[in-house]
Amino acid sequence: MVPRVGRVRRRRREAPNVWTLEIEPDGPASAAAAPGQFNMLTAFGVGEAAISLSGDPAEPGRLVHTIRAVGPVSHALAQLRPGAALGLRGPFGAGWPMAEAAGRDVVIMAGGLGLAPLRPAIYRLLAERARYGQVQVLYGARSPADILFRRELESWRRRLDVEIEVTVDHAAVSDWRGHVGVVTTLLGRAAFDPANTVALVCGPEIMMRFCAAALGDAGVKAEAIHLSMERNMKCAIGLCGHCQFGPVFICRDGPVFRYDQVAGLLRHKEL
Amino acid sequence: MSGAAKDIEEIVREHAFFEGLLEPFGKLISGCAKNVHFQPGEYLFHEGDAADQFYLIRQGCVALEIKAPGRGAITFQTVREDEVVGVEWLIPPYRWSYDARAAEFTRAIAMDGACLRRKCEADHDLGYEVMKRFMPVLIQRLQAAQMQILDVYGEQA
Repeated sequence: MVPRVGRVRRRRREAPNVWTLEIEPDGPASAAAAPGQFNMLTAFGVGEAAISLSGDPAEPGRLVHTIRAVGPVSHALAQLRPGAALGLRGPFGAGWPMAEAAGRDVVIMAGGLGLAPLRPAIYRLLAERARYGQVQVLYGARSPADILFRRELESWRRRLDVEIEVTVDHAAVSDWRGHVGVVTTLLGRAAFDPANTVALVCGPEIMMRFCAAALGDAGVKAEAIHLSMERNMKCAIGLCGHCQFGPVFICRDGPVFRYDQVAGLLRHKEL
Repeated sequence: MSGAAKDIEEIVREHAFFEGLLEPFGKLISGCAKNVHFQPGEYLFHEGDAADQFYLIRQGCVALEIKAPGRGAITFQTVREDEVVGVEWLIPPYRWSYDARAAEFTRAIAMDGACLRRKCEADHDLGYEVMKRFMPVLIQRLQAAQMQILDVYGEQA
């Protein structure tokens, strides 16, 4: 429960109010994180927040977090410059089902900042490409300026063994020549075998509900759809109850859940 | 039936939007159809114009746009191969509420809306068939608009 101290090695702007920090822990390296896990990061004197790992799981000594500055803690974290110290606990939680996805088609649907927790899964899929069937990455952003990891998306798109499609909710005519529309519209053009597909979905909860419904309509079973949930996390080990979601704790039992485990809960207001 | 008419009937029935269409309906619908193409940047129609057609996109991409004061034209949807542009021809006052611009070279089948409406009135089985195919487009557009209005990727989401 006691945070270790880490230091920011690099800081990169990804989009308006979104920054990626590369952090080096003081002392021995952290335990290797699985794709989809998160760390608790402390901005000293301000507070602590749960932030997903967004880096390559093959480089466990390089902790990478992508942070949107929306509240006091995330704002303070996003402002840290190289050399600045921060607190670090983790990694925590259940990640993406990479083993279950082996031998099957994989559809990744990401919305907005939801691409960050999915990026480690994409790195793993690409690093072990032969283990998986078709790989589709469908990403929706608010506007062209809000697209995360743009250079990396462009680089992945040049590969012949993965399909990358990006859409934006709206765009000025001069800014964008790609798809415009919600992310679910990309699903109809994606090639995958719904009976043998694992879907990984991350983004705002409304977007994930629509994606899960669209995947279900396409024939993907609810138990093959996995969502990364977000609630206000405090202890990160299932003790404090801040992130309780019906009978589960997001921090301990998630943040990644099978859709059939949470579909009923997602229909409850104010849960 | 002329060779050209037969060709367009085949094209209409092979388009994803009319997939599985019964042959008699295909003949009726294709009687209102013609082949069109648009160069990049060319407009299919403008906001406020009479919505007297809809378009089955065969190739290319059409951007649906609204002009916003101080922001220029904003694209809110792109429509590609196998999709359809335009539902306003179905509903009075039959007027476009946005602009449609070819974002790249685009080939399409243009359907005469008034012609098809007359045929749907005369044959309600055809009308029901056409409605069944347009309702999902309307619902999908409505759901997309809900998501866009909610601004789910915005900071308040």
